[in-house]
Amino acid sequence: MTNSSTTLNGALQPRPNRDIIISVRDLVVGFGDKTIMKGLNLDVYRGEVLGFVGGSGQGKSVLTRAILGLVPTRGGAIRIFGQDRDALGPIERRALEQRWGVLFQNGALFSGLTVKQNIQMPMRETRELSQPLMDELAMLKLELVGLGSDAADKFPSELSGGMVKRAALARALALDPELVFLDEPTSGLDPISAAEFDELIGTLQQTLGLTVFMVTHDLDSLYSICDRVAALAEGRVIASGPLETLLASDHPWLRAYFHGVRGGRLSAARVEQKDEEWKPAPTTP
Amino acid sequence: MTVAAVQRPPKVMRQASAEGVRLSLSGDWTLVASQHLENEGRRIVDEARRDRMVAIDLSAVSQLDTAGAWLINRARHDLARRDIAVALEHVRPEYLTLLEETHYRAFEAPARPRLNLVFALLSDLGESAVDALREFYRGVSFLGEFMASMIYVATHPQRFRFTSLVAQIELIGFRSVPIIVLINVLVGGIVAQQGIFQLLKFGASSYTVSLIGILVLRELGVLLTSIMIAGRSGSAITAELGSMKMREEIDALLVMGLSPIEVLIAPRVLGLIISLPILTFIADMAALFGGMVVSWWYGGISPVAFASLLKDAIALHTFMVGIIKAPFMALVIGLIASMDGLATKGSAESLGRQVTSSVVKSIFMVIVMDGLFAVFFASIDY
Ligand SMILES: Nc1ncnc2c1ncn2[C@@H]1O[C@H](COP(=O)(O)OP(=O)(O)O)[C@@H](O)[C@H]1O
Ligand SMILES: [Mg+2]
Repeated sequence: MTNSSTTLNGALQPRPNRDIIISVRDLVVGFGDKTIMKGLNLDVYRGEVLGFVGGSGQGKSVLTRAILGLVPTRGGAIRIFGQDRDALGPIERRALEQRWGVLFQNGALFSGLTVKQNIQMPMRETRELSQPLMDELAMLKLELVGLGSDAADKFPSELSGGMVKRAALARALALDPELVFLDEPTSGLDPISAAEFDELIGTLQQTLGLTVFMVTHDLDSLYSICDRVAALAEGRVIASGPLETLLASDHPWLRAYFHGVRGGRLSAARVEQKDEEWKPAPTTP
Repeated sequence: MTVAAVQRPPKVMRQASAEGVRLSLSGDWTLVASQHLENEGRRIVDEARRDRMVAIDLSAVSQLDTAGAWLINRARHDLARRDIAVALEHVRPEYLTLLEETHYRAFEAPARPRLNLVFALLSDLGESAVDALREFYRGVSFLGEFMASMIYVATHPQRFRFTSLVAQIELIGFRSVPIIVLINVLVGGIVAQQGIFQLLKFGASSYTVSLIGILVLRELGVLLTSIMIAGRSGSAITAELGSMKMREEIDALLVMGLSPIEVLIAPRVLGLIISLPILTFIADMAALFGGMVVSWWYGGISPVAFASLLKDAIALHTFMVGIIKAPFMALVIGLIASMDGLATKGSAESLGRQVTSSVVKSIFMVIVMDGLFAVFFASIDY
């Protein structure tokens, strides 16, 4: 593992020779006779928050699942933490999987376990900790993601959509992973919760030196916490880089996305105001 | 389970200094170290317990995560409670944020009501009695709802989902044929073999044919088929409806003004009611065939002799007794399966429980029904 001090704060300035934590080359993925990824290339650097945008049904979730190894690929190579994913034996794969955390689009909490047990699941299975400490850590994680202790003993079917997202994030962070995949973490949240969520991800990213791969439709998230943005269309990454690069791009889809009715309003507002002023204050006691 | 190797295990080093004690922490204070981390966290308190002032030096900590930070904070809290002054030294700025985020707080566990054992036992007993009654009540009201929707369908045939019904008949009826044929051929053969073997002692092995004919047509054919279908299709119906319930698909139907009974349950139960008599007939034939083959090969009764003995032994009503029972069995299986499916709660575990309960209950009810029919047919002398 690299020293985490190298990953801090410097992430905002793209440096030429940063560690590549995920590298996807010429990825081809398809279902039946439909090809969804047609030679996709993507790099994710250590310590950055990469925002991944694309129209609905373009394959953002499929790409995430392909990187995680949940969807068979038809071609191309995926390297994670510098290791070729397809060349790993089962034990190395296990070790790899313990270094990342995943927030699925629908939460994917274990329905038969309470929220607390969900968070403790990875700890219980891969670490040897005493029950009191696991309880404390689970409660701490819950508090970090903004859930009260009354949610701890609820079952997933008793939670609201936003609470499911938060609980699933807490579970994804249970082992303090180096890399987290977030599939639309703020969709379905109210703007205030979404902003808190963004802030939370930003804080965690800075304190833990996380690398975040975040699929999102939330323009606010792109503006406030993403270091780089990659856009997916027609089975390829059509553009990637700091948000300004994408804003300046004249690809028709990107223009429609950022300068359409909703995007346009926001980018205009952005120009007028500075970050801190319009972001709702966190409601910490 | 596998625990990833720790490269730099967390350590606490104690040095007495002029003002008090100095604890130098080093290594990776991360969750990867598991137990080790927890022990070292406890050692912070142990090492400093007898001093008045403690300085915790973090300069040699190579990695820190929330678990490590939490343990350090908890140790600080424990020491502060013993009136020991604690100072953190050489904290990297990024660790500082982390330590702030994970500042100590007490998590009180929500109080659980504690019942005494006798109380708990009695209340469990009462609860299951009430549950059983409630279940019976639900069953009856469900049957009523189903009948009402059948009457509605009969008066509005254009509303009925014939495609769905045909699909269910294929799924429940047609696809079960191979397994039903197989087990019934085997059981027919086994009955024949035992009949011949046991009756030979009395020189009455030709009565085997009566035994097979009556036993299979009246009881075995329909029972085996019903039990097989309860396990095969009843469980499938429960699982299907249960997972639809879990994912709010049933609620979606309701708010569209559609009745789940009409849309989902009627085609399935009707499919069962139509399929089961047909399957029973097939089962009867298969078992007779199995019996015939074994009688010929093992008992030397030629198929021609078998046929003529069978003709003397049975009448149409022997066959009808079996077939009449089939649709009732189907109704019971279908209603239990649907009811249990709809009773699924939010979790996967509950779905599993419902499927088990559906299969167990419907097999039990099939056997109870068979007993009731036996009493009934005996009393009307059929
Ligand atoms: N298991 C699957 N089988 C067949 N097609 C799939 C499967 N999963 C996803 N797809 C298709 O892949 C495309 C991309 O889906 P997805 O990645 O979920 O979109 P999004 O970008 O909105 O996350 C869609 O057209 C979807 O229909
Ligand atoms: Mg998606």
